[in-house]
Amino acid sequence: MNNMSSTPIAPPVKHRSPIAGPPWFRLVLITTSVLFIGMLIGLPVAAVFTEALRKGFDAYADSLQGEYAVAAIELTLIVAAIAVPFNLVFGIAASWAITKFEFAGKQLLITLIDLPFSVSPVISGLIYVLLFGANSALGEWLMAHDVQIVFAVPGLVIATIFVTFPFVARELIPLMQEQGTEEEEAAILLGATGWQLFFRVTLPNIKWALLYGVLLCNARAMGEFGAVSVVSGHIKGETNTIPLHVEILYNEYNFVAAFAVASILTLLALLTLLLKTLLESKFSSPTRKH
Amino acid sequence: MMNQFIIGLFAAIMVFAPAAARAADAVQMLPVQMLNVSYDPTRELYEKYNAQFAKFWLDKTGQKVTVRQSHGGSGKQARSVIEGLQADVVTLALAYDIDAIASRGGKLLPADWQQKLPHNSAPYTSTIVFLVRKDNPRQIRDWDDLVREGVEVITPNPKSSGAARWSYMAAWGYALKKYGSEEKAQQFVTSLYKNVPVLDAAARASTTTFVQRGIGDVLLSWENEAHLAKSEFGQDQFDIIVPTISVLAEPCVALVEKNTIKRGTQDVARAYLEQLYSKEAQELAASLYYRPSDPEIAAKHANRFAQLALIRIDELGGWDAVQKKHFADGGIFDQIYAQ
Repeated sequence: MNNMSSTPIAPPVKHRSPIAGPPWFRLVLITTSVLFIGMLIGLPVAAVFTEALRKGFDAYADSLQGEYAVAAIELTLIVAAIAVPFNLVFGIAASWAITKFEFAGKQLLITLIDLPFSVSPVISGLIYVLLFGANSALGEWLMAHDVQIVFAVPGLVIATIFVTFPFVARELIPLMQEQGTEEEEAAILLGATGWQLFFRVTLPNIKWALLYGVLLCNARAMGEFGAVSVVSGHIKGETNTIPLHVEILYNEYNFVAAFAVASILTLLALLTLLLKTLLESKFSSPTRKH
Repeated sequence: MMNQFIIGLFAAIMVFAPAAARAADAVQMLPVQMLNVSYDPTRELYEKYNAQFAKFWLDKTGQKVTVRQSHGGSGKQARSVIEGLQADVVTLALAYDIDAIASRGGKLLPADWQQKLPHNSAPYTSTIVFLVRKDNPRQIRDWDDLVREGVEVITPNPKSSGAARWSYMAAWGYALKKYGSEEKAQQFVTSLYKNVPVLDAAARASTTTFVQRGIGDVLLSWENEAHLAKSEFGQDQFDIIVPTISVLAEPCVALVEKNTIKRGTQDVARAYLEQLYSKEAQELAASLYYRPSDPEIAAKHANRFAQLALIRIDELGGWDAVQKKHFADGGIFDQIYAQ
């Protein structure tokens, strides 16, 4: 956009851009979008809180303090606390490798990073059950050595890492590609060590995109249902994350509690949205400091 | 000198032995945790029973026991145990699912597991009844009404759910008795499943579809699940219809021996299953509309349970044959859905 408007042949923009169309058209477009988003997002969000508070605030607070609810919240935090840092490191390493070096199989690596977006989460969960389950050679060996992967916390962590690993890398790769390698080359010429190069040059350049990626990664890690559902085993108080616990509560006719726990996830999503908006404004501000 | 030493030694033993014994006891008294992998509608039963058993075990041994629960479609739960879910006991909807664990689970439990506990290892039984909307607007009285044009029947998927397989077999048994041939029975079941708009994965999901989402005219349901839905959602919303013939559903329980040996939970897990046959547990089962196996408790609560002709699965060939014929890949159920 900026390049466009600074080219000398572009006519000066007067009252409205020629692609905006007549006013009634804009009005229709805006109304439809607002209505559509209101129906698809606004109403359900409102419904979650209405249902959660149906029996008053005390019932709401009680549902969040039950043994199993607390265990589910703790487990979700633990899983995210392992999966997100892992993907942070993996995402930086992969983006660095892809954007700063040339090597055979680079396209393949990019495709592989995108794989979790194209594979159904349920299938990915199932693959881990088949791989680490008691009926595979690996699973049998693990069982014999008392290592429980599926139907236990490690399985949940692995499944979560799988479904969330594109988020950080997908944010970083385009940015790092755009930034090129000049600054790093200059730093090397000036005698920077590898770590100095990373912490003083690369990291400051990518920090907002990185934060953004981590945020999305975290939101998905906490909200993931499909893959986690397959590897969980659904043991109450032990392998139920927040989304799985919501399903269980709903199935137990415990609707207030189900929506109360769901509201935690909703609040988390709203918080993510807020942070995302803040980050985006930071990210795109031309005067940002490195 | 020597005597003094011996006396001292004795004294020491006298002082320390009880302490050592107490220490040994304390080791035994470490709280224990076990996992019960169960089918879908038993959530309320086992939540109450687990508290009952924990008290029993604490009084008997002084040990605290926490029983964790996992619920889901019976077939799916068996699959998970086979894949390595560390169940100490399984309490599933039908014997076949436990047989599957015995045959495919790498010797998790012995093939003759069903002989280890009384009443074919079924501490409580149940049957399949119809749950309809208040005052039965579609006038559903018996199985024949389910195949009428335009009646919507809600039942889960027999591939993953136990209740669904019992319901299917009840319909099959009814048609076989009434129409006399397997061919006719297959036609009957086919037209019944033509009336099923949603096949959920498990019994509880079907109940929610029917009572919460308001889909369908009749729910084929466990007797206990039908009563629970009625009491959860108000007596004035649904009616229970008892057909002339249904099936004697025997949900079975078994010790997953290999897992309990590994985890050192044999004693508590075995007691957990045996205690299901106690008067107290049988009372609890009856109060939640599971038919007690104890004749005395069953007689006491006879008026809670409708009298109807119940077909035993053995009359239809037993679960092994039934599973192969009806629910295996390419079986009759698949043929019904291919049509």
